[in-house]
Amino acid sequence: MTEQTMEGVSTPPASGDPSQQSGGSSTRSLWGDALHDLIRNPLFVIPVLVVLAVVSMAIAPQIWTGADPNNCHLVQSKHGPSPGHPFGFTIYGCDMFAQVIYGARPDIIIAVVCTAGIATVGTALGTLAGFFGGWTDIIISRLTDIFFGLPFILAALIFLAIVGNHSVYAVSLILIVFGWTQLTRIMRGSVLETKNRDYVEAARALGARNGRIIFKHILPNAIAPVIVLSTIALGGFVSAEATLTFLGVGLQRPTISWGVLITDGQDWAISGYPHLLVYPCAFLIATVLAFILVGDAVRDALDPKLR
Amino acid sequence: MSNDSPDVLVREADTPRAAVESMPGYDPRAPLLSLDDLKVEFHTRDGVVHAVNGVNYTVESGQTLGVIGESGSGKSVTAQAVMGIVPSPGRVSGGHVRYRGVDLGALNEGQRRQIRAEAIAMVFQDALSALNPVFTVGFQIGELFRKHRGMKRADARKRAAELLDMVRIPNAKDRVSAYPHEFSGGMRQRVMIAMALALDPDVLIADEPTTALDVTIQAQIMNLLADLQQERHMGLILITHDMGVVADVADRVVVMYAGKVVEHSPVEDAYADPAHPYTRALLRSIPRVDRKGQSLDVIEGLPPNLARIPPGCSFHPRCPFARDRCREEEPPLYDVGPGRDSACHFWQEVIES
Amino acid sequence: MGRYVVRRLLQFIPVLIGTLFLIHYMTTLGIQFTGNPVRAIFGARQPPQSVINAVSAKYHLGDPCLQQPGNPCFNLFVERLGRYAHGDFGQDFNDQSVVALLSRRWPITGRLTLIAIAFESVFGILLGVLSGIRKDKLADNFTKVLTVLLIAIPVFVLGVLVQLALGVWVGVWIGGQSWLPGWLTDVFTVSFKADHPWLSLIIPGMVLGALSLASIARLTRTGLIENLSSDYVRTAQAKGLTPRRVIGVHTLRNSLIPVATYIGADFGFLIGGAIVTEGIFNIPGIGGLAYQSVLTGVVPVIIALVTILVLIFLVFNLLVDILYAVLDPRIRYD
Repeated sequence: MTEQTMEGVSTPPASGDPSQQSGGSSTRSLWGDALHDLIRNPLFVIPVLVVLAVVSMAIAPQIWTGADPNNCHLVQSKHGPSPGHPFGFTIYGCDMFAQVIYGARPDIIIAVVCTAGIATVGTALGTLAGFFGGWTDIIISRLTDIFFGLPFILAALIFLAIVGNHSVYAVSLILIVFGWTQLTRIMRGSVLETKNRDYVEAARALGARNGRIIFKHILPNAIAPVIVLSTIALGGFVSAEATLTFLGVGLQRPTISWGVLITDGQDWAISGYPHLLVYPCAFLIATVLAFILVGDAVRDALDPKLR
Repeated sequence: MSNDSPDVLVREADTPRAAVESMPGYDPRAPLLSLDDLKVEFHTRDGVVHAVNGVNYTVESGQTLGVIGESGSGKSVTAQAVMGIVPSPGRVSGGHVRYRGVDLGALNEGQRRQIRAEAIAMVFQDALSALNPVFTVGFQIGELFRKHRGMKRADARKRAAELLDMVRIPNAKDRVSAYPHEFSGGMRQRVMIAMALALDPDVLIADEPTTALDVTIQAQIMNLLADLQQERHMGLILITHDMGVVADVADRVVVMYAGKVVEHSPVEDAYADPAHPYTRALLRSIPRVDRKGQSLDVIEGLPPNLARIPPGCSFHPRCPFARDRCREEEPPLYDVGPGRDSACHFWQEVIES
Repeated sequence: MGRYVVRRLLQFIPVLIGTLFLIHYMTTLGIQFTGNPVRAIFGARQPPQSVINAVSAKYHLGDPCLQQPGNPCFNLFVERLGRYAHGDFGQDFNDQSVVALLSRRWPITGRLTLIAIAFESVFGILLGVLSGIRKDKLADNFTKVLTVLLIAIPVFVLGVLVQLALGVWVGVWIGGQSWLPGWLTDVFTVSFKADHPWLSLIIPGMVLGALSLASIARLTRTGLIENLSSDYVRTAQAKGLTPRRVIGVHTLRNSLIPVATYIGADFGFLIGGAIVTEGIFNIPGIGGLAYQSVLTGVVPVIIALVTILVLIFLVFNLLVDILYAVLDPRIRYD
């Protein structure tokens, strides 16, 4: 009969959508729907498993390898894979497999700490700015603009180059201090949108106080983009740490991280020792990829328009 | 585009018109627009939603048909099916739409596009979201002339200004370069109407054209539509849930429920002696100033889930006249009188009550 | 529109000063934390005393406020602003002014950035449109995979791997084939060749733009899908317009607004991101200078470069805001 004029349009427009009938079938909330979809989505389940694997490497590397990452003999420097040493040796003659496994920890710590940091700051500031508006909004927005003007790489270059502190905490601090702007903006926008919804007005008309409105009505509905971004940010921070390390201002030996291993291996890989680069790169990419895929899957599941 | 007398319509470039007239089945004596047992389904993850379940109605030139129903009655989807723009996952699953005898469903997409705006045009509810926010109204109206008639940009713009004037937008020449958000709600709706009438269609479908507007503006827009229809001798289909609006303007009304036509009458008869319980309930639920202090009449219950329409008469769960027969046997459209139909087994009782 | 521009400008100035102050504060805080201003600036180096004296005087390393952690040192900030106003952004340890150093380098970085922007815009939008209109089909899934990979791989990893694969393996192979034109070698070369200033930057430009390409493709795709289900698309269909026009004119115009602003903002962002790319590919541009300075620990140059890059970044953001108003008429009357 009649041909569809447009392919790729998956949602009926506002009026005349008969699938929005009430009564009868089970009512599912957005979160319930999302979870239902996610569990069935291989692009969610597999990356989550990868993430869990990597986190377990960070928490308990012993269950992944019995080798000692610090058992290094220069004699074995750069040797390729051999029995008992599936990934070969690093340029310092350490077991690559062990170092890659143990290298997960600093990266995961940074990822978790930084994400928690920016999520907290971002949610708090964004909600305050969006909800209260007025001077609160102006001040917070200008502050956000100011910090936004300084990309974290550049900030890190200055601060870490001067201070010369290459600890996990210094790096995390810089990443948090210069990474909260995006989340704040997103949260602010989300709160602004939610603030004008009818149910908020209704709550206010019923006499609810600000605190209650914020925590019970606004936050649960505005938080979705923050969750998506935070998941992706976890991956982003791993990537950021590696980049900073590569530039010389991130982590350094004796701390072992994937960034350190890649930086070490970069020069020699070209000369015929690709394994120095391939394994740490693979782990790094897989981890970042996994976080991003999870974040993407969550976003798609939560966004009714993209179904 | 001069339309001085109601009987004679002077058309511009006749090539597009000729194309329409040469479509298979075209018969100038056939009804202007007729829907014959039209069915539309949506295949969603929760099952098949039967949005439109065998709708029949007809419109002739110079007639106004009011289509009344609640949200979810299928009235808008029917109109979309006529235009051929039912969004996925919906598809027309049965029945025919005929324009002057031409079966629209049998046409290819290119022919369908020719019909749109040229022969049958549509006005939507919320002009703010229905108009593209980043183009001027002159551009959006003008593109009809540029794409359907091959006019040059400057000429199209001039015609757009003339159209804005025709729908009584003051200062039309300047307003042509304005953006949709720069108009007030009522003016925006006039823009939509101007755009719909640009190519002189025979049929205008207005889907809730005044729902988003103030009451006073509503009246203006309805008057405008009425005047334009008279001038052009168009067929007008007015889709609404507002029974007050329909009473003034329509010649006939069609009442829809759960995707079906439940009553089909001349407008006076429908209002004076409704032949279907649903129509009756709708009329009774209109708040009346002279009955202050009494409780409002409401229709009990909710519209059915279109994925699971109740057996028998789809209105029976909410119907005060319901009997056993209603639960089992789906009522056909009974002939109630001259030009009147009703899909109720007990229509006589309803009329007499 | 004019009012909008003026308002944006007025907003810009305090933000500019604020960000410059932030840089200043970071620098002084860093110095204060090390407890030894001279050591903070020079690191582990042992330059001649004359140089130490000159730099100390220039940067007021003897000022007591640098001994108090947390003191914002406003006097030093004002003085620094004054120097910037005169175009003095400091010198490196060989007494070459940073501005002079940059004058040779900025055309190279400029070219690199232009190549990156061209590459990411054209292919990013194409890919995004393709996957948007063919949602969930092969083209869409391919794009999803590709973009996610590009986003997941840090720029420097991509650069290093590309350098290995294309620069060394392919490049050497091409060089060995006499039947291939000479300039092809320069495309696949591992670093910048002055006699082919554009060709040798193609691959580094692609690496630089890779991440943005992925973002642009996704932005375009999302925007397209969202706009395809808008009411005005329905109206356009009801007007009997062809699908190509409905997508290509009506939807795209709306979908590309966020993309255009992203690209505009990217100009400023890429200049900073070039640090890693130029570092890997040994390109003597602004980023290359930054990379070298960090490697060798020339702090004054780092500070100066960061300041300049931030200035450029902020100016581009301002231009992008104005661009947004040009593209979306609803914003102009805010």
